[in-house]
Amino acid sequence: MLRLDSLSQSYGEHRVLRDVSLSVPDGQLLCVVGPSGCGKSTLLRTIAGLLPVREGAVTIDGTLVTGVPDRLAVVFQDYGRSLLPWLSVRDNVALPLRRQGLRRAERRAEAEHMLERVGLEASARRSPWQLSGGMQQRVAIARALVVRPSLLLMDEPFGSLDARTREDLEDLLLEVHRTDGATIVFVTHDIDESVYLGDRVVVLSAGPDSRVARDLPVGLPAQRDQIATRGLPEFVALRAEVGRAVRAPARAAVLGPADAEPEQAR
Amino acid sequence: MGARAARGADVTTVPSAGPTRPALGALLRWPVLAVAVGVWESAARARGSVFFPPPSRIVRHAYDLWFSGPVSHLFLTDAAFDTIGPSLGRMATGFVLAAVAGITLGVAIGRSRRAWALCDPVVQFARAVPPPALVPVFVVVLDFGTPMQVASIVFSAVWPILVNTAEGARATDPLRLDVAAVLRLTPAERLRYVILPSALPRVFAGLRLSLSLTLILMVFSELLPGTENGIGFLLTDAQSRSDLLTVWAVLVLLGVLGHLLNTGLLAVERRLLGTGRKT
Repeated sequence: MLRLDSLSQSYGEHRVLRDVSLSVPDGQLLCVVGPSGCGKSTLLRTIAGLLPVREGAVTIDGTLVTGVPDRLAVVFQDYGRSLLPWLSVRDNVALPLRRQGLRRAERRAEAEHMLERVGLEASARRSPWQLSGGMQQRVAIARALVVRPSLLLMDEPFGSLDARTREDLEDLLLEVHRTDGATIVFVTHDIDESVYLGDRVVVLSAGPDSRVARDLPVGLPAQRDQIATRGLPEFVALRAEVGRAVRAPARAAVLGPADAEPEQAR
Repeated sequence: MGARAARGADVTTVPSAGPTRPALGALLRWPVLAVAVGVWESAARARGSVFFPPPSRIVRHAYDLWFSGPVSHLFLTDAAFDTIGPSLGRMATGFVLAAVAGITLGVAIGRSRRAWALCDPVVQFARAVPPPALVPVFVVVLDFGTPMQVASIVFSAVWPILVNTAEGARATDPLRLDVAAVLRLTPAERLRYVILPSALPRVFAGLRLSLSLTLILMVFSELLPGTENGIGFLLTDAQSRSDLLTVWAVLVLLGVLGHLLNTGLLAVERRLLGTGRKT
């Protein structure tokens, strides 16, 4: 169980997140949506232990997050920079296994197995920059999954891919989620994507000072299909609701006791 | 790169992967040299001055001096071993020491903002001093001989490597450092898999600059009294005997040597960095 308790983050005077409380049960695929600049990435970096917590607390299974937690993996949006171009695809995927004390041959075998899962067994010995964007992001996903994470954080991972590639990777992610059962926090600015992928969608209000504006369960059947699911009336209704919440002005969207504060001149 | 290149002559841009049409490059490379040598040859012959022998005689003399040895010695004469050997030894020792010190200190300074702030003024000052001007200081401290010569070489060659490595290490992509943190790499692994490879193009830029400085300082330190062998010694010795042919042969040898060493370093760089790598 991942819990955020009244988490606030700021860069100097600039407050990014304010009083964010969330609890994510094990195995849930939570999508976090919000307009750009609303602190989605800050939220993810805080959970990953890359940013120190300013106020509030982040706990995983009751343990306070103070550094990068165990069994955590992150997939970044910028696959080109997140993969190491001086290592082969296979060695990129094998890199996080070093800390598990496996021998080189074991690490490589494990990496190859994971590449097979994302459909890239033929590219193991190539360099990342020789692959297309979608394939590179598959490599990054394989590198994240190879440590068998219990918490997987994804920061707009499909944001810079073309529509078709993105759909394939969304379905790959759903398949991974069904079989591995890891908790996934998936940050996106794409409303459709959030509803299609999520068990639950959390909308952050526009920044600065973002808060949780809406917290919606997704009642769609677990088995999803790019064409059929997106045509369901529930999907359309939910998408509209999320869309309204994302577009709402910062203050009006927020419900809760903090609203009692005097409005500041904007 | 523009702003960084402006920092000083020690900082160069990283060369692109290589000529797109190598055949054309090779074709264009030789005519100018051939014409230059041809003009030199005919001008020197027409003039007939003992101070300016034609290149054909210089090459012939160099061959007699150094490259007419037995096959078992790779055609090198004893004189070549006595002259070129010690010089190359000093150069290699100085270059390796400078590289080790420069890369180590460079990474340390580049990765720590505090170390950078503390060391930057010192480094800027030390590298601004023309290296040959420091040779007298080393003579006083270490007396004449190989230690003094190696120290002079190291002290001049270390700066370009240090500055470039520090710049390269400092410019490591912050996202890659996040990746290293998320993958929970140890500091040593982070250095080996993230920081050093990121800095490598700049490290080589520094190494190339240092290599030419090494050659300069090697000759310069051997010109001083107290030297008993080496290329620089031969130069002063030949000059004092008014043996102009040998002086010219030494100059040609230095040019060829510098070119060969640089080519060798470039080959190592290509091999390590790969041709199509994007960082």
